[in-house]
Amino acid sequence: MLNIQNLHVKLADEDKQILKGLSLQIAAGSVHAIMGPNGSGKSTLSYVLAGREGYEVTEGSATLEGEDLLAMEPEERAAHGLFLAFQYPVEIPGVGNMTFLRTALNAQKKARGEAEVSSGDFLKLVRAKAKDLKIDAEMLKRPVNVGFSGGEKKRNEILQMAMLEPRMCILDETDSGLDVDAMKLVSDGVNALRDAGRSFLVITHYQRLLDHIRPDVVHIMAAGRIVRTGGPELALEVEHNGYADILAEVAAEAQAGAQA
Amino acid sequence: MSARAQRQAARLAATAGRLATLTLPAQPLWAAGARAAALQRLGAMGLPEKRDEYWRYTDPERLTAPETRPAEVFRITDERPMYEGIDRLRLVFVDGVFDPAQSDPVEGQGIEITRLAASGEIHWARDLYGTLEAAGQQPVARPLAALNSALATDGALIRVTGVVQRPVSLIYRRASGTADVSLHHVLRLEPGADLTLLENGPVGARSSIVIEADLAEGAVLHHVRTMGRDHQRKAITHLFARLGARARLKSFTMSMNGRLVRNEAMIWLAGEGGSAHLAGAALGDGVFHHDDTVFITHEAPRCESRQVFKKVLRDGAVGVFQGKILVHREAQLTDGYQISQSLLLDENSQFLAKPELEIYADDVKCSHGSTSGEIDPTQMFYLRARGIPEDEAKRLLVLAFLAEALAEIERADIAEDMHLRLRRWLDKRR
Ligand SMILES: Nc1ncnc2c1ncn2[C@@H]1O[C@H](COP(=O)(O)OP(=O)(O)O)[C@@H](O)[C@H]1O
Ligand SMILES: [Mg+2]
Repeated sequence: MLNIQNLHVKLADEDKQILKGLSLQIAAGSVHAIMGPNGSGKSTLSYVLAGREGYEVTEGSATLEGEDLLAMEPEERAAHGLFLAFQYPVEIPGVGNMTFLRTALNAQKKARGEAEVSSGDFLKLVRAKAKDLKIDAEMLKRPVNVGFSGGEKKRNEILQMAMLEPRMCILDETDSGLDVDAMKLVSDGVNALRDAGRSFLVITHYQRLLDHIRPDVVHIMAAGRIVRTGGPELALEVEHNGYADILAEVAAEAQAGAQA
Repeated sequence: MSARAQRQAARLAATAGRLATLTLPAQPLWAAGARAAALQRLGAMGLPEKRDEYWRYTDPERLTAPETRPAEVFRITDERPMYEGIDRLRLVFVDGVFDPAQSDPVEGQGIEITRLAASGEIHWARDLYGTLEAAGQQPVARPLAALNSALATDGALIRVTGVVQRPVSLIYRRASGTADVSLHHVLRLEPGADLTLLENGPVGARSSIVIEADLAEGAVLHHVRTMGRDHQRKAITHLFARLGARARLKSFTMSMNGRLVRNEAMIWLAGEGGSAHLAGAALGDGVFHHDDTVFITHEAPRCESRQVFKKVLRDGAVGVFQGKILVHREAQLTDGYQISQSLLLDENSQFLAKPELEIYADDVKCSHGSTSGEIDPTQMFYLRARGIPEDEAKRLLVLAFLAEALAEIERADIAEDMHLRLRRWLDKRR
């Protein structure tokens, strides 16, 4: 599904390298998690994949189902099935949540040459999905994310994901700022979308979320690179010992490699 | 003589020269005195000049020049006429002259309409014509309004005694290459009366429109004006409104392009519990120069006023806002709000704002703010990341920017029509 090879990214207007040779392959239907200390470049990876301005890819590639993601506009990536649940969902005063959702859904359908959804069908669909996430009608009527609590914003991201039915979902710290109940709602929302044709990249700081969304593969990221890859047990190791041990090991290995 | 006195003397001499060439319209007879008085007022204050404080951001030269070039005939054939689906009483003015043939029969419960140019010998409007305009010359002179009172050739005189459901729609058309058009409308809303007044269409190449509105106790006036599609427009408008106790006024203007527009409003909240909302959405490119100048005076306690003005500017367009809230000592518990904002779509455009508060009462709530900004790139990215193409995202964000002003249009059908126009304007400028 997603194939990232040797990705190097720097800030566009600053001489600062953030991703330094990151490689990652995610097969259709599988769930990968990325964990890593703050500042290691996790959000940068998600932004670069989604097409945010301000970053420059200096080397490497990223493809979605074989198509070059980095050559596409952000809206084209979305229409091709890429979805990013933002770490900090954006407030848009003056744009109603419903208008936003419908415009997005129909724009994607149009880009793919599919028929647009009628307002009646759209209403039915959004009501059903909102109900699962305990998002009330009042919230749907409000402007996008304006006056939403942290938890409401994250649930709104999952609602968008459920409506847009992407193939490749990237969740950037969707668990941050969630209480236990909200975490359960969000995880249930994600799990309901798990499917043989859909893949997930779950970026998180804590193991907690991974108790609910069971990953197939766990990666540890540090200083712009994947430094460890393993099964769910790797997340538990981080939970118990923190990143320090792993990072020390990685540093020792690097030194050994350099000396050899 | 001081330099200042010399300049004033020169101004008055120039104004006197101009006025000597004018002939006042003979009709209606009852207005002759008011016209002469207006001319005298104007002679005493002189025409506005760029160095006047009130004209600092908008050069009045193109409005005061003796001659202006005739405009091209303007016919829209490529879009649905404005308010087409809305049942209304249409009053059509062609090249500044009321045209009964194109207008609806003037009839209706609780409403009485005559045209200025043929309003008989004695008329109720006689007590009003020019009086609010004259009062509005303090504390800031508005010479072009006095010029209008003197010269206006036609207009609608509307007296409302009840709740009128059907909006009165003033439609302006340009059929020949008319240069100057001056229209003067007078509205009297009796206690409890309720009227929706619409204005749209291209006037002359250069136009001056004055509305004097007297709202008695509990009266409601909802005014919606559109200034669209006329690329040659040079227009000055004045709305003078006096509100009695618990009277409500809402006035919204949408402007799209044109060369020079200055919309002035002078509002007195004269009775307890009145409410005045003035709002505008202006969008323009290039030579567009758009000025909203609003002055709201709170004379009585417990009144509320709102000013919401938004401008979308690109390609060198200039937006101006001068807004003042003046609160008299008696006007306790005043609630005043004023916001003026511009969205600059490129670096060439500019927004000049002068918000003012002058408050003499001690128990009031007044706030004002003015901002100038660009499209927020974070919001833009969020929308695009959800699959919304750049153009469409931009359109959504522009409409979102205007939303607070558009919310001042009360009727849903009119608001919808306005949205349609806005979308079309934005579609043409991808
Ligand atoms: N737009 C930006 N401008 C300046 N610094 C940035 C920007 N984006 C990321 N960075 C820097 O890059 C590093 C990685 O950040 P980020 O990707 O947010 O990490 P993470 O999500 O893993 O916490 C940090 O040092 C951060 O300050
Ligand atoms: Mg992050």
